[in-house]
Amino acid sequence: MRVLAAMSGGVDSAVAAALAVDAGHDVTGVHLALSPDRQTLRSGARGCCSVEDAHDARRVADELGIPFYVWDLADRFREDVVEDFVAEYAAGRTPNPCLRCNERIKFTAVLDRAQALGFDAVVTGHHARLADGQLRRSVDAAKDQSYVLGVLTAGQLAGARFPLGSMTKERVRAIAAERGFAVATKPDSHDVCFIPDGDTRGFLTRRLGTAPGPVVDAATGTTVGRHEGTHGFTVGQRRGLGLAVGDQRPRYVLSIEPVTRTVTVGTAELAGVDVVRTGPPTWTGPAPALPLQAEAQLRAHGTPVPCTVEAAAGGGLVLRLTRTERGVAPGQSAVLYAPDPVRGDLVLGQAPVAG
Amino acid sequence: MTYLDHAATTPVLPEVLAAVTEQMGRVGNASSLHAGGRAARRTAEQARERLAEALGARPSEVLFTGGGTESDNLALKGLFWARREADSRRRRLVVSPAEHHAVLDSAEWLAKQEGAEVTWLRLEPSGRVTPEALADALGDGTDVTVASVMWANNEIGTVSDVAALAEVAHAVGVPLHTDAVQAVGQVPVDFAASGVDALTATGHKLGGPVGAGVLLLRRDAECTPLLHGGGQERDVRSGTLDVPAIAGLAVAATAAVAGRRERAGRLAALRDRLVAGVLEQVPDAQLNGAPLDDVVAGGPGRLPGNAHLSFPGAEGDALLMLLDARGIECSTGSACSAGVARPSHVLTAVGADAARARSSLRFSLGHTSTDADVDALLAVIGPVVERARRAGMGRH
Repeated sequence: MRVLAAMSGGVDSAVAAALAVDAGHDVTGVHLALSPDRQTLRSGARGCCSVEDAHDARRVADELGIPFYVWDLADRFREDVVEDFVAEYAAGRTPNPCLRCNERIKFTAVLDRAQALGFDAVVTGHHARLADGQLRRSVDAAKDQSYVLGVLTAGQLAGARFPLGSMTKERVRAIAAERGFAVATKPDSHDVCFIPDGDTRGFLTRRLGTAPGPVVDAATGTTVGRHEGTHGFTVGQRRGLGLAVGDQRPRYVLSIEPVTRTVTVGTAELAGVDVVRTGPPTWTGPAPALPLQAEAQLRAHGTPVPCTVEAAAGGGLVLRLTRTERGVAPGQSAVLYAPDPVRGDLVLGQAPVAG
Repeated sequence: MTYLDHAATTPVLPEVLAAVTEQMGRVGNASSLHAGGRAARRTAEQARERLAEALGARPSEVLFTGGGTESDNLALKGLFWARREADSRRRRLVVSPAEHHAVLDSAEWLAKQEGAEVTWLRLEPSGRVTPEALADALGDGTDVTVASVMWANNEIGTVSDVAALAEVAHAVGVPLHTDAVQAVGQVPVDFAASGVDALTATGHKLGGPVGAGVLLLRRDAECTPLLHGGGQERDVRSGTLDVPAIAGLAVAATAAVAGRRERAGRLAALRDRLVAGVLEQVPDAQLNGAPLDDVVAGGPGRLPGNAHLSFPGAEGDALLMLLDARGIECSTGSACSAGVARPSHVLTAVGADAARARSSLRFSLGHTSTDADVDALLAVIGPVVERARRAGMGRH
């Protein structure tokens, strides 16, 4: 099989490419240049696709003896991921850019181009299991990335290969070390890759400017604070609200109204929800019959919640949770799983939290 | 393997390998006074004389450098600094926008760091700089430090009439530098006859070693050094002479110049067949640069080994990858260290739109090229272009 290995310059994609070579595939490595102004050197665990990262990826490809190219997807990434990220925050929602990148860049732009150029599949270093078209959690629960892949459709999964799903991160690093890859000890990347300093609020303020407004307490309707822009907040957020309320009980963001620039806060009881409404879902396989018993994961690294999934008017879903959840933010994806302790929880699909 | 990227670098000649190997086995710093040093010095000076002979220069005009990039940097910066030092009104650089990045980026660095003002030369659609365009850009020349126009373009192969340009520059008292990295061994290059003040050449485009180049610099040209130290090269360039590389460079240059006429004829015929064969299979492909049979100043107007084509609707980097997978090595333009394909600045400078600039490939032939190389390309180019077109021109 002719496969294209997406190589970020990190240890995971390096080992994924190596395993694809071991499996006897005809492998070509590609580094995706996503940042419009690539830094020469990488700084710490943040940021991505610096020239140094491309060099790290190239080093591994050269050791594997496979062709290697850099694809410049900066324009596409800016339009489909960065601008979407900004627009979602501007609309009072909380996007997941990694999920968007998988949906639109890695498994649309890259996969389409790869297939047009004669490749059968795209190999990535994601920690998730994929066999017989079924996407499941990684055996390494702490590193599982099935959440950010939950948006993929059956067609996209048919063109994807995730060789690392059945091994722990520790094992991945051990394989890299055995092969003498210099990236064996390279730190994992964290945070949003296009915000290298990690200051999301600062990034959004630079993009969206300041738009001051009131912070209103839901129980009393009184203004309890001011903010510099609704884009600085996420539903469920507790820290950094800077409020002066009489009692000492913590407040959480309940809702964000960009039009009136109002951030509404409330106490823990008010912040919890047990019914989540979503937009139209995507499924990793044939659409399942509804209602359905499943587990919903409502954010990256969130704890899954058992729920009943029902169809709603307008093509969306209603998730009836068996326990109350705080911080269910509109714009995040609810990824639905069928629990399977033996083979790994099966990803059924995802739907964006409405609001 | 089908190697169609000789303009990037070309295989080392066996006689060069022998000369370099022989010298690497010896000890002696060419600046040392003892017997070993004298022997090294003798080898270096013989090489200097052979190079001068091959390129129509005097031995004292040959400055050994670490390659084309260093020579270009030294010429631009060194002549700029020295000429401004002599007359503070001089702050202008007159440069072709189709130059190699070693010249372009030096000019831009001088603009940013040294207050230079860069005047970009008007180009013919072929990429050629005409004497009229240079005259217009120079004006009365009083504020110009140096002009730089490459002898032959590294991407599209267009040759300019450097002697005519030198005459125009000298008429207003301005020195002319020319980057002749691609020209040497492909078209007749005679430093003295051309009249230019400084000329860049490098070994690895001639079958010599990488990292060995020269700047030919007229004896009366004032040039401020970039590298300070022992002053080995006329006090303009410091650094222990790399005698093995210099010996190899001289052997390569001598062979390239001696065999030029025969090789140029052979490569032009191969190249013409390559272009005709590609156009037969991809009728809407477009040849960039001067026509194949173009003539300038009585010689070839296009490098005999150069074919540069655009394939509308296909991306250059997709074409390159597909050809690479089929054992055919070519280029989308000059190699880029960051690895990200950029629209060719040369094509953009001659007025091509971004799509055409991104859909181009350079095939460059050299001393080892054969009919079989052309056949190998023609056997696959049709399906490869078709496949790349399916992948489209979207920003991926």
